Amino acid sequence: MTTPPKAQTVPAGTPTKITQGSPTKGGIGESTLRPDGTLKVTGEFAYSSDMWHEDMLWGQTLRSTVAHAEIVSIDTSEALATSGVYAVMTYDDLPAEMKNYGLEIQDTPVLAHGKVRHHGEPVAIVAADHPETARRAAAKIKIEYRELPLITDEASATAPDAVLVHEGRDDHHIGHVPHPNIVHRQPIIRGDADEAAKRADVIVTGDYTFGMQDQAFLGPESGLAVPSEDGGVELYVATQWLHSDLGQIAPVLGLPEEKVRMTLSGVGGAFGGREDISMQIHACLLALRTGKPVKIVYNRFESFFGHVHRHPAKLHYEHGATKDGKLTHMKCRIVLDGGAYASASPAVVGNASSLSVGPYVVEDVDIEAIALYTNNPPCGAMRGFGAVQACFAYEAQMDKLAAKLDMDPVEFRQLNAMEQGTLLPTGQSCDSPAPVAELLRLVKSRPLPPEQQWLAAGSEGTSVDVRALPGGLSNTTHGEGVVRGVGYAVGLKNVGFSEGFDDYSTARVRMEVINGEPVATVHTAMAEVGQGGVTVHAQIARTELGVNQVTIHPADTRVGSAGSTSASRQTYVTGGAVKNSCEAVREKVLELGRTKFGTYHPAWATAELLLEGGKVVTDGGEVLADLADVLEDEAIDIELEWRHRPTEAFDLRTGQGNGHVQYSFAAHRAVVEVDTELGLVKVIELACAQDVGKALNPLSVLGQIQGGTLQGMGVAVMEEIIVDPKTAKVRNPSFTDYLLPTILDTPTIPVDVLELADENAPYGLRGIGEAPTLSSTPAVLAAIRNATGLELNRTPVRPEHLTGA
Amino acid sequence: MDFLRPASWEEALAAKAEHPTAVPIAGGTDVMVEINFDHRRPEYLLDLNRIGELSEWEVGQESVRLGASVPYSSIMEHLRAELPGLALASHTVASPQIRNRGGVGGNLGTASPAGDAHPALLAADCEVEAESVRGTRLIPIDAFYTGVKRNALEPDELIRAVHIRKADGPQQYSKVGTRNAMVIAVCAFGIALHPETRTVRTGIGSAAPTPVRAKAAEDFLNAALEEGGFWENGKIITPAIAKQFAALASGACNPIDDVRGTAKYRRHAVGIMARRTLGWTWEQYRGAGRTLEGAA
Amino acid sequence: MRVNFTVNGRQQEADDVWEGESLLYVLRERMGLPGSKNACEQGECGSCTVRLDGVPVCACLVAAGQVEGREVVTVEGLADYAKHREDAHPGGGCAAGSCGTTLDAAKRWQSRPTDGQAGEAAPLSPIQQAFIDAGAVQCGFCTPGLLVAADELLENTPSPSDQDIREALSGNLCRCTGYEKILDAVRLAAARQEEAVQS
Repeated sequence: MTTPPKAQTVPAGTPTKITQGSPTKGGIGESTLRPDGTLKVTGEFAYSSDMWHEDMLWGQTLRSTVAHAEIVSIDTSEALATSGVYAVMTYDDLPAEMKNYGLEIQDTPVLAHGKVRHHGEPVAIVAADHPETARRAAAKIKIEYRELPLITDEASATAPDAVLVHEGRDDHHIGHVPHPNIVHRQPIIRGDADEAAKRADVIVTGDYTFGMQDQAFLGPESGLAVPSEDGGVELYVATQWLHSDLGQIAPVLGLPEEKVRMTLSGVGGAFGGREDISMQIHACLLALRTGKPVKIVYNRFESFFGHVHRHPAKLHYEHGATKDGKLTHMKCRIVLDGGAYASASPAVVGNASSLSVGPYVVEDVDIEAIALYTNNPPCGAMRGFGAVQACFAYEAQMDKLAAKLDMDPVEFRQLNAMEQGTLLPTGQSCDSPAPVAELLRLVKSRPLPPEQQWLAAGSEGTSVDVRALPGGLSNTTHGEGVVRGVGYAVGLKNVGFSEGFDDYSTARVRMEVINGEPVATVHTAMAEVGQGGVTVHAQIARTELGVNQVTIHPADTRVGSAGSTSASRQTYVTGGAVKNSCEAVREKVLELGRTKFGTYHPAWATAELLLEGGKVVTDGGEVLADLADVLEDEAIDIELEWRHRPTEAFDLRTGQGNGHVQYSFAAHRAVVEVDTELGLVKVIELACAQDVGKALNPLSVLGQIQGGTLQGMGVAVMEEIIVDPKTAKVRNPSFTDYLLPTILDTPTIPVDVLELADENAPYGLRGIGEAPTLSSTPAVLAAIRNATGLELNRTPVRPEHLTGA
Repeated sequence: MDFLRPASWEEALAAKAEHPTAVPIAGGTDVMVEINFDHRRPEYLLDLNRIGELSEWEVGQESVRLGASVPYSSIMEHLRAELPGLALASHTVASPQIRNRGGVGGNLGTASPAGDAHPALLAADCEVEAESVRGTRLIPIDAFYTGVKRNALEPDELIRAVHIRKADGPQQYSKVGTRNAMVIAVCAFGIALHPETRTVRTGIGSAAPTPVRAKAAEDFLNAALEEGGFWENGKIITPAIAKQFAALASGACNPIDDVRGTAKYRRHAVGIMARRTLGWTWEQYRGAGRTLEGAA
Repeated sequence: MRVNFTVNGRQQEADDVWEGESLLYVLRERMGLPGSKNACEQGECGSCTVRLDGVPVCACLVAAGQVEGREVVTVEGLADYAKHREDAHPGGGCAAGSCGTTLDAAKRWQSRPTDGQAGEAAPLSPIQQAFIDAGAVQCGFCTPGLLVAADELLENTPSPSDQDIREALSGNLCRCTGYEKILDAVRLAAARQEEAVQS
């Protein structure tokens, strides 16, 4: 290279401030455009894998090639002797007492110690001057394994002589689980399901299987760690929750949290897969060891091992109903495979059990959910966790019941739909609108898409357009074997962190006059992962503070925690925190105004005052002062924490408790065309209706609903991580064999949005990110069942399931 | 690793003779994946991008001499009339970006049973023009695939072109994948009617250790068409004949279970594709079909 | 090895390139052009789509040594590239196969110098603006590749059908949007282009 492109001390890609000036008012309810949009379309937006620093090294992770084994020996000498290699580290090189991390249970070793528990577990890390040097050096590390028996399912996990995945557990779940290979168990007992079953005229049972889905965010795990002069480290990384990372990183580095300064880099999608630590600690360790900046970027192969996946699940359900179509009872048992480490498994169990009945009124229930420790890949957070798996099963049950009662599946659901005031199986009352029946009505009342669109769309007027047929460009049918099917589903998801978790967020809001104009700056640690939180924060600030110019400060750990960008919670919780801090700033502004100008106009003392269009106005619209005159040289700067209503833990025996803060509802109608001879599916339309409480940014709301809908479709027809049951190894860690829907697989996704305010939430809003991921999968499955007449108790559906071949 | 950049075909042959282990790279759509994922570290990479004639084709009386690097997108655009089966197959190759880079030479060089071009090449009939400093030879496609990802090339040979018989009748191509675009074949089937010789040829992909023809199915169908006078009378092929043809095509498979599909499904799907593509081509031959050129 | 080629109209040279490096790596790590994205590095996502001598390709599957002496346009140069095309062919689109940007034209074109600072770059191309306006950008990681692919589609097919758009973009994965807003964006850019021709 003749001239280094970016020789500077501040790492290239360090986020710069985003200022959004808008000629429109740009407050809540408007579809204002993303403040980071221009940077993202010009290629200038700096994602975590784009970070660059002069003299930086490249980190490489060596991962286990077997799923369960003792490590007999590790020999790093040859790797260390490689020219261009600066460091090789194993467990023995870890600097602090603390050598594990974990979201809730610190059961995950930073580097394997004595044994490996899953395929692809990190064993050693290397830093070198070029990625290829690092790869070659890692390949020279010699590890001798002695393989151990594999735990791969419930039977092997709980067998009397089962090997323990984790010996000597001392976490807070060990006291109530029936076996040490069970991470957490949550029963929910309400009423008397056995007694209620006697009233049932029909009973249906089913055993369902949900495959392992991957978040498959496009931006790979990556980041840059830069050692600082005070012995600490600066970390630029893509994550969902900076402060949770910080709390796990600092102890294993042996550093106080102040010496680990984290800045959020551009995040290329997350969907739950960045809630856990990936390369963060490894990069910091190597940077501190070598004294040089270290960049780590996973490739797609490694990414499949670098983050947790959606829990695969086995679900057994029994429902009863009277002949007039009223549900009598529900019993279910949900077994989630958590894999080798706990990650978010306890929370997934909580959601799966407490939401297992779905958006229906069932008074007598007997529910049990467990998560296993196995030697399969670790599973944790993914969009809609726990609720997604349950929805797939209970919606199949609803169709079975309707069929058995000879009722319309939508009418049957509407007859049993919960509403505001319904008691959930946990005994918690739903205290905000629950328009389940209405959402179903909306999707059902849409006209069906035209039949045989491949004929109408044919080029040159005569030939078929294979792009509109199952098989698509592969030219497998010109209409032969194609049967249409229609299916419905509706789901229920909790919003925010539940079960007594102290779920809060922090916002720092500053208001000052710059160049004669009032400007607000919003500083939070919220991870913008694509959802549009930064857009909404600016809108909230405009609405509350009446300014045009809002600067969104880069997210970092110099401000208090914003909690995780997950659980559909950020607009609610960090949005709520921004609103709350803006209100405090507004009060200060008004106080200042009263002091300065109170004597000039009586309204300062008597009227309800607002900030609008850069001015202090009365609720009658009378202008009292310019903000610029009120503030002059003064800056008002307030950082506050904000909490939603507290929740309670579920009782460990009965599952009773006000565990959730808010619910979110969506319904889908799927229209599919199935090539019944080849077993290929084309989803033609996936109509969605969702209640969003209040659409703060309608364009972003649609983007969330359509994106979530497609992820649900993916796991219905193609997406699955396949783990070999004999070896517990992942068989398809690539985008060649883990298939994501392309734009040619994607149906039209028309959306109906309801805005029924939740009086308890900021602006009446409802968290929206996850609900559409729940019901789209069972709706597609229902449509395929409708087309084929097959039972289909597993997702994703593969061609061989539809052809019996 | 060394990167060899021959400026001419002669230089490329000389380089390959000097370094027989050199891995040729043209579109890069196979080789670069292996390098990016650390599956392969060849001693030499032999870049063929600078050799212009590899991206050219000549349409002759009997056949098309298709340069090894002519991208699939060009085949789709310019050779639909001469090579309809290959044009259809080209349309199923990966993504538009890959079709802009990849060519038939890569499919042949890699010789993966999942290569999309193979069934179309087998059905159309062709010869592979292999060249080395020792000279040029034409390898019949039926003798080209010698094992799983193995072919009849000598270590010092490079693929210059493929001589593909120009279509003298309808051709079709179908591929099963679990996605509507950008998907590797679970299995694939190509068929070409050759009215001039009153024969039908086929090709099967991803359902045996190598790409194969369904020879028993061809023999059966050739005899049945002859016997029934179908080539002359242009009658609809009876369902019994189509069914038997499909069953024999299915029987020509020797597939495995893998992450993309089961052996049983592959056999089943090849049978369905055989029946359908026979129907499409025959309808076109009869001049009554609505799908004259498929949808490439 | 050393590699010389033209990126966004500027001559570039990279030294000490490892023979196994891809064009993508050279752009991102040696030329300071990280706009082309590294999502799969196996040609299965389209996030690294660039124009190589005018043709959209996956930069991850082009060996660095193969671009010697050739012309590359990345998302960073897309606005200038589109501007040049607009100047050469007012109104944007032209009939399929009859136009495109020729190698000669590409060679004559020079990217405006920028200092890489946000806000000082060339104005956005129509497709870039449409992606912002239509809400087609969420996390944005797929966006650069989609923009390069969609821009080429509209260059050759000014009024594409929905199925044409789907086919042309079928090599570009997006995980956030469900693609609906991406379709909207391409329709919007096509409509604006049409309007510009008519007015």
